[in-house]
Amino acid sequence: MKNLISQAFTQAKNQRRPALITYTVAGDNTKKNSLEILNSISKQVDICEIGFPHNTPIADGGQIQTSSYRALKNGIKINDVFKIVKNFKRTKKTKPVILMGYYNMVFQFGEIRFLEKCKKSGVDGIIIVDLPWPENKKFSKKCKKRGICFIQLIAPTTDKKRLKNIIKDSHDMIYYISMLSTTGGKLKVSTNKILKNYSMIKKINKAKNCVIGFGITKKNISKLKKADGLVVGSAICSEITNSLKKKQNIVTNVSKLVMNLKMKIL
Amino acid sequence: MKIRKNIPLIDQHDKYGFWGGKFGGNYVPETLKKPIEDLASNFSKLRKNKSFTKKKNYYFKNYVGAPTRFIKLNNLSRNLNGAQIWAKVVSDANGGAHKIYNAVVHALICKYMGKKYIVGDTGAGYAGKMLSMAAKKFGLKCKIFMGAKDIKRQKPNCDAIRKNGAEIVPVFTGSQTLVDAVSECMRYWVSNCDTTHMCVGSTVGPNIFVKICGYSTSQISKELKFQLINTFKKIPKKIKLINCVGGGSSAYGFWSEFIDYPKSQIELIGVEAGGPKNSKLHAAPLTHNAKLGILHGAASYVCQNKEGQIKETDSISAGLDYPGVSPIHCFLKDTRRARYTSVTDEDALKAYKIVRKFENLNPSLEPSHAFAEAIKIAPKLSKDTIIIVNSCGDAIKDRDILKKFNL
Repeated sequence: MKNLISQAFTQAKNQRRPALITYTVAGDNTKKNSLEILNSISKQVDICEIGFPHNTPIADGGQIQTSSYRALKNGIKINDVFKIVKNFKRTKKTKPVILMGYYNMVFQFGEIRFLEKCKKSGVDGIIIVDLPWPENKKFSKKCKKRGICFIQLIAPTTDKKRLKNIIKDSHDMIYYISMLSTTGGKLKVSTNKILKNYSMIKKINKAKNCVIGFGITKKNISKLKKADGLVVGSAICSEITNSLKKKQNIVTNVSKLVMNLKMKIL
Repeated sequence: MKIRKNIPLIDQHDKYGFWGGKFGGNYVPETLKKPIEDLASNFSKLRKNKSFTKKKNYYFKNYVGAPTRFIKLNNLSRNLNGAQIWAKVVSDANGGAHKIYNAVVHALICKYMGKKYIVGDTGAGYAGKMLSMAAKKFGLKCKIFMGAKDIKRQKPNCDAIRKNGAEIVPVFTGSQTLVDAVSECMRYWVSNCDTTHMCVGSTVGPNIFVKICGYSTSQISKELKFQLINTFKKIPKKIKLINCVGGGSSAYGFWSEFIDYPKSQIELIGVEAGGPKNSKLHAAPLTHNAKLGILHGAASYVCQNKEGQIKETDSISAGLDYPGVSPIHCFLKDTRRARYTSVTDEDALKAYKIVRKFENLNPSLEPSHAFAEAIKIAPKLSKDTIIIVNSCGDAIKDRDILKKFNL
């Protein structure tokens, strides 16, 4: 049987649209609310990416940093992250979940122990921001052995030779970083340019599901519809921040935003 | 784990950038892989390039002012009545601290690579001040990332940075100190690596930054070796080289030429920031046997909690107030070539007071930590033991803090 991540892409393709992938930080703003958000948006979302927050995130922009610090301040621990995934999966068995975070947390938990815990909780994929190829080769193999998809990142700075090697070692899904930026930066390159780079990746291996992320908002998402999948993260994090500021219901507001995003790619 | 002889320590890493198989490396986002590779290949070419070396040496001599003095602290030695205490007055260097070496080398590399913008982090403000000086000298546009807490406590250096025409970007996240400044600087580089060169202010960060910084500060021990032979006719039999360790750039530079000597002849002592006396907070990962972790792109011993969240640190000296430490120092610790200890805020201040009283020397709070250890051990040692302290920074920047303690 194909894993849930591949299934989600197939399903979206059948509907002639890109898969919608959302990123939220586990425990933002509370453990309970972050689970409620996931439950609520999962109707629109194809793959849920969940961040395990770190207090020294070197690749995240302001919005995700704010969410991470908020979650940590509210006491989120790595085991809570697994609990959130487990509870989410209890009702949404077929919805793929990807955990995303920084390597030190995996390293302190122990790679094997971390992956076993992932498996038990129902995690389908993992993104480690600061564990690039080829350093990630061993860890990626450990993931594969347990049926967990290790998602390789590709950036505009990745050269052709490296690109080929990364794709060769990748699993079912790869993540293209749209521009030189931390997460949530303003899209400073044209969507055409992004799609051109995207096509180059697809040309090397059509079979790999390639998603685009960084700087995607409801303003530009429809222009990138050609991709296999699109990731929206910071826009959601800042929606949570704004809702908190305005003392409005976070779950309702985030769900509205996600609905809105989905409509734009249909 | 073993140190090899006749090879600079900065080059003793494996193909993945690890010293001793586990310290250092390149834990960086994919976006930075290529810029780091480019920098590494450029640096390895430039090191062998005669005109580059000539240029570097020219600026070290005529702009930084090499060599810095090597002096005996007669009054202090007499007063402590034990080992002789000497100082390598690195604060003589242009700008007032060892950070100028790394700054000049990075500015030269930046020029060679055809980049017009340079960014860097700073804690005590010296790395920032020196980078802004070098940027001005070589016609580069410069941004300095600095924690908001440090901007307040190191005002004289901030004034200097601005006077040199650089922009200070205040960092308000986390503890608002060096750790946050480095993170923010790296984030900035992720977004601007196509046009901008990054200078990491110490021997920390991804492998190549450890190497460039160590290559630059090694000037200190090259001078010292020459000065020792000049003064004593040969390298004396009992030497102790004491240096403060935050990230560890001045300590590496102070020791690099002497690592191959037996420990019994030349002992290397690193002094970390112990923080306030009655506080649990400190910035001394090596002394407190902190666990191996990943911070700012490299594996090293890091003050962190069980989950891998980086712990807050505290030290009166902004330059040492950092939760991690150079992978090179982790390597030196585990191979037992160097010994590490810590000194509290209070003892550093006391040492400052003593040095000021007896000598015409004004060490900043960072080397005052090293002096505290020297003052502690000197009375117990024989008169033919030569203690050399790297007085790596000038206390002008600590004016406001010292005033608070009526110093």
